[in-house]
Amino acid sequence: MNIMNEFAAHKRSGTISDTRVKASFGSRLGFGVLYLILGILAVIQIYPLFWLFLFSLKTNQEVFGMSPFALPQHPQWANYPKVWSQGHINLYFFNSVWYTVVAVLLTIILASFVTFAITRMNWKLSRFVLGLFIVGLMIPLHSTLIPLFNFFKHVHLINNPLSVILSYTAFNLPVTIMILLGFYQAIPREIEEAGVMDGCSVHRIFLRIVLPLTTPVLATTAIINMIYNWNEFVFVNTFISSDRWKTLTVGVNNFVGQYLTDWGAIGATLMISILPILIAFLLLSNRIVEGLAAGSVKG
Amino acid sequence: MKAVMSNKSAIALYVLPALLLILIIIYIPLVLTGYYGMMDWKGFAPMKFIGLDNYNKLIHDSMFWKSTYHSVLLGICSTFSLLIYLAVSMVLASRIKGANLFRKIYLIPMLLSSVAIAQLWSKIYDPSNGMLNHLLTSIGIQNPPLWLSDPNIVLFAIFVPIVWQYAGFYIIIYYAALKNVSEEVIEAATIDGATPWQVASRIKLPLISPVFKVTIILALVGSLKYFDLIFVMTGGGPNHASEVMASYMYGEAFSKYNFGYGSAVGFALLLICLLMTWLIRKLTTSGEDVQY
Repeated sequence: MNIMNEFAAHKRSGTISDTRVKASFGSRLGFGVLYLILGILAVIQIYPLFWLFLFSLKTNQEVFGMSPFALPQHPQWANYPKVWSQGHINLYFFNSVWYTVVAVLLTIILASFVTFAITRMNWKLSRFVLGLFIVGLMIPLHSTLIPLFNFFKHVHLINNPLSVILSYTAFNLPVTIMILLGFYQAIPREIEEAGVMDGCSVHRIFLRIVLPLTTPVLATTAIINMIYNWNEFVFVNTFISSDRWKTLTVGVNNFVGQYLTDWGAIGATLMISILPILIAFLLLSNRIVEGLAAGSVKG
Repeated sequence: MKAVMSNKSAIALYVLPALLLILIIIYIPLVLTGYYGMMDWKGFAPMKFIGLDNYNKLIHDSMFWKSTYHSVLLGICSTFSLLIYLAVSMVLASRIKGANLFRKIYLIPMLLSSVAIAQLWSKIYDPSNGMLNHLLTSIGIQNPPLWLSDPNIVLFAIFVPIVWQYAGFYIIIYYAALKNVSEEVIEAATIDGATPWQVASRIKLPLISPVFKVTIILALVGSLKYFDLIFVMTGGGPNHASEVMASYMYGEAFSKYNFGYGSAVGFALLLICLLMTWLIRKLTTSGEDVQY
């Protein structure tokens, strides 16, 4: 929906600017070639996913006997309920959902507290502490894996969702704080001054005045965090060995390893694992674009 | 005002939980990795201090240097692919209808997990039923490559889905930067008779160079950290032909249970990442940033 509206809006604004530009035949040809290239790139970016969807609906005879580009003759929708219940995919799916939700909430709460204290309050070490969080962006998480594994083993958190959720939260704090930072810095000081005049405590200023102002950017950080957590692989693969607590990425990977030759089942599992993200993208593409751009470049 | 906003206990309450978390999950483990690297520590046996033996072994470990070389190679290729993304962004940011739609379509692969991408591309590369070789044979190529099982091209075969995955990410960054270039500057130049090519090369590119530098760091350091995609697609194989630093470290630690040596590799990975970041900063901040 969202994308379509924008497309329409662009078409409209495009026609206006076109009347200003004197389009010669040569430049129109040039634009045609450019559109062709952009269109081919778009097909390259999307077609593999469409192909995945196609083979998720095929039987093995179709996969092995016919052209990979052929449409499924009798779409095997049954592949989906089959993998959902047989391959533990339902269990993995709900694990992914609640790990993601808890980690996202924890991350944006902690990050909001820190960003408020760093940007709005006066203390000596604030620059240094901010630095600690920002440098976290450059740290390769693989360098922490062995000590983390050892630590979680000692505190009996191996095969416990807490190990995964704490790791997600810690490693997503830097990028979340970075996105929040610019927004907090833009909030005028007068708002807090008014709060202080009215006799508000600092907690009241934060919770009742500043935090509600940040809802739009919180939505952006939440969706970015959601994508990262949903797709995370290494922590779960390392800290969780029991099927009970695996997430969809790791579960799907194991499943595909076991059912090497059943392409329909593999396709259906992969589709289930990417569908929530694709739906979120259709609904919230603007926020995702904004969040990814903001989280990467401000540093 | 000042008293309220420098309330020490409130600051501690707000900062300490998150700070403790990143210290415990990120910073203390980083130090410990360096320390564990000085241990003889295999499997479930207790660790024993052996000084710098592991690091000494690392320096002479041709497998480690091979994986480092692969990581750096992927990093350099990724950096060059930035130029393609930049070119596409410049086209999109000029008068193109539906630019917003295009950049959103390009972004879609970036949203998928590396595991899903790796599984999907393993199927695309499948020698007998995959879509790529089918396409190649149908246009007349007799013996299409075996992609993931050919040691000579496996790294290239892995690089392609990386480009596919990250294209949209860099394009939205460049697009945003290009759209930030002030219209007035461009208009003034056009009135003075600058061609579109001159506007692009003399005005737009210099103005977005700070963003370009950041993306070089992202691409290079990001490449040094590549793991998920390679781990799932090839596991570093065939015969270590696609081994990278992170997968080598992971294999040493969690397949062979060489925790001591794995830690040394992990620490080297950290140092190389930090060194690379510092080096690029150093190399790219020499010139003054351009302003108009």
